[in-house]
Amino acid sequence: MSGTGFPGFADPVLDAQAAFRAVLAAMSRPGQVQRLPPLPEPPPGLSPAAAALLLTLADSGTPLCLAAGPEAEAWVRFHCGAPFAAAGAAAFVLDPAARLGDLFPGTEEEPERGATLLLDVAALESAPGWRLSGPGIRDSQALRVTGAPPGFLADWAANRRRAPCGVDVVLCAGDAIAALPRSVAIEEG
Amino acid sequence: MSHDPGYNFAYLDESTKRMIRRAILKAVAIPGHQVPFGSREMPLPYGWGTGGIQVTAAILGPTDVLKVIDQGSDDTTNAVSIRAFFRRVAGVATTERTAEASIIQTRHRIPERALREDQILVYQVPIPEPLGRLEPRIAETRRMHAMADYGLMHVKLYEDIARHGHIATSYSYPVMVNGRYLMSPSPIPAFDNPKMDQMPALQLFGAGREKRIYAVPPYTSVKSLDFDDHPFRPIRAPQTCELCGSRDTYLDEVLTDDVGGRIFVCSDTDFCTERQAVREAAE
Amino acid sequence: MYVATKGGERAIGAAHAWLAEVRRGNPDLPELTAAQVEAQLGLAVDRVMAEGSCHDRGLAALAVKQARGDLIEAAFLLRAYRTTLPRFGASTPLDTNAMALQRRISATYKDLPGGQVLGPTFDYTHRLLDFCLAAAGGSPGGAPEAEASTAPSPRVTEMLAREGLMQREAPVEAEPGDLTREPLSFPADRPLRLQALARGDEGFLLSLGYSTQRGYGGNHPFVGEIRMGEVAVGFTPPELGFEIDLGDITVTECQMVNQFKGSRTEPPQFTRGYGLVFGHGERKAMSMALVDRALRAEELGEAATAPAQQQEFVLSHCDNVEATGFVEHLKLPHYVDFQSELENVRTMRASVEAGR
Repeated sequence: MSGTGFPGFADPVLDAQAAFRAVLAAMSRPGQVQRLPPLPEPPPGLSPAAAALLLTLADSGTPLCLAAGPEAEAWVRFHCGAPFAAAGAAAFVLDPAARLGDLFPGTEEEPERGATLLLDVAALESAPGWRLSGPGIRDSQALRVTGAPPGFLADWAANRRRAPCGVDVVLCAGDAIAALPRSVAIEEG
Repeated sequence: MSHDPGYNFAYLDESTKRMIRRAILKAVAIPGHQVPFGSREMPLPYGWGTGGIQVTAAILGPTDVLKVIDQGSDDTTNAVSIRAFFRRVAGVATTERTAEASIIQTRHRIPERALREDQILVYQVPIPEPLGRLEPRIAETRRMHAMADYGLMHVKLYEDIARHGHIATSYSYPVMVNGRYLMSPSPIPAFDNPKMDQMPALQLFGAGREKRIYAVPPYTSVKSLDFDDHPFRPIRAPQTCELCGSRDTYLDEVLTDDVGGRIFVCSDTDFCTERQAVREAAE
Repeated sequence: MYVATKGGERAIGAAHAWLAEVRRGNPDLPELTAAQVEAQLGLAVDRVMAEGSCHDRGLAALAVKQARGDLIEAAFLLRAYRTTLPRFGASTPLDTNAMALQRRISATYKDLPGGQVLGPTFDYTHRLLDFCLAAAGGSPGGAPEAEASTAPSPRVTEMLAREGLMQREAPVEAEPGDLTREPLSFPADRPLRLQALARGDEGFLLSLGYSTQRGYGGNHPFVGEIRMGEVAVGFTPPELGFEIDLGDITVTECQMVNQFKGSRTEPPQFTRGYGLVFGHGERKAMSMALVDRALRAEELGEAATAPAQQQEFVLSHCDNVEATGFVEHLKLPHYVDFQSELENVRTMRASVEAGR
């Protein structure tokens, strides 16, 4: 194995399918916490969930902005082949310093080109903290996020105002994820 | 069951699946917006469900239970053919029972039985563009969607009312999704439109020949276009199902002779079979 | 009821068994081999490769046999196979200038360097059924052979360009799009348009090209040059870093010379319509060149009013695999929608009756 000592999925076909269904469920039901199939061992700098998402979704067709250290870069190069790009030009962004407003939001005619931000946080729980509403949510959905970047909710409100353009976010903690599609409204409490 | 070793699981190669999966996620994030995707030639012809097949192939896993219907029936030839395709290339379990399925691929109907949160409904879509009959140029309709400029469609419906006294669209009846995008519900009868609104199941739409994927997340507003003084009115044959006695399901008219003899039966064959069983048990 | 009865799976199986039997035909006659199709129905094979957009004579011949000679069905078979193949990369551009010519004609000059080479053509044959071919056996006496010419055959369009009379094509450094991977979006640039036309239906392009000659977007075309022959396919594997020769393929190229009155930015000069297809496909290459030029109307500042000049119209409808699928899908049951229309028409008739 050249360039990285860290493996990908044990079963590249079926693990990717299971991970995709988890992220599809997460995106369809914003704020609901989903579990990803675990990786044998992710490279340093990547959470198991973020690594699994990259294996599932990123490839040579998706410019990636990655700020997770050289071992993560080598691992991505080997397993995904995604070309590296600046935050504003990337389809997937995994950079704790990236602000929503700096990422490509798509265009009015092609809002689907808006970036997806993979954001590592400390913990995700289905408990009061944020109150989410919007498509995919029956009434409201509670999500407690530990370790979201400062100012995230204000950035999110600005992101929502660009609808139908905008950035979609997948929060990652360990092997758990929760998604925030651009359509979702977030209130505290 | 195992899948045909000559092909990758669920037929598509992994890079194609990733491309389709990315399109599906964006479609879910932007309810009702048509996402272009690099539709592939499938071993079935364009127009015969290649969009639905590609969506199903991209989401399907070995533990899924797949149901395929065409016109509401599991035994129509194309439904049989698609079901056999997935049995062969994915080795998945298939069912004719709506309640047992985790993925339901459909052409032209929504099952009568209310779908659940743990189910996904995949529609085969021939023409994804709801404005296409009014404006055939894709560059132009794309601009209209960007501007949410749907005046053309309202004018068309209004002309229907002026001419016929009511909206004369009985299938592919356009809907507004989440108050933003005008969307084709695929050629389901307008009777089925209300089932899309606030549906607990995820709805995915695949148009292979036109290379578009779109989606309605669960619990999302889907409103059939209408006017205050001419509210949307789902149409069904006003008869009773000959087999199960249903009065509130969508019926097929079946000719029994050439002198006007006809009966009406449920188009959703699984629902009808279940009702018949309930009726027999009660007798 | 052809639907509510169970047994769809059995019926399909039986229908396909019948198809196989009909395909084989009279078993007293020897079975046609794919190799025979490849050798003796070569133009059918060429057309299937072009519209199937996959250069493989053996597979195309197999597809023709499997499709019972239905060439659109055969192109579909080849496309569906092609889409499952892994991609190793893109070849370097073909150099048709270096073609080993079997045929090369120009209608714009009586004679020209390299000469006119008729090659194996139907042109100037009298279309009289040859009953000798109906009798089996016998091979034609070989065609007379001449020394292969070593004289270079420069392109007609290049000779005009040197004089400033032919618009030069601006070289494009950008990687061309790939319409088999990304859906077409409009407006489509010329590389994408040419891709779509190259795999487009010969009949559709023929009729559209013909329409331009009859005044629907005409550009007074002359056949600058048609050449057919073998060209080398080169590929540069990234791990090697130098080009390797993958072998030769036969292609047909047509360069149409079209009048252009000039615009605000361009002086009057000739412009080019370009056609290139796999195999020997002269009618297709010429039609493609006519339609390519018609589709350049907008960039050349011409009024784009005719069907052949509307790129959405042409590119969205030229693919026969898409077209045949959607036209033929009308065979599928549509009774649910028809029922809703029945109820709709009944309602409308009732309200008309009531109003009387």
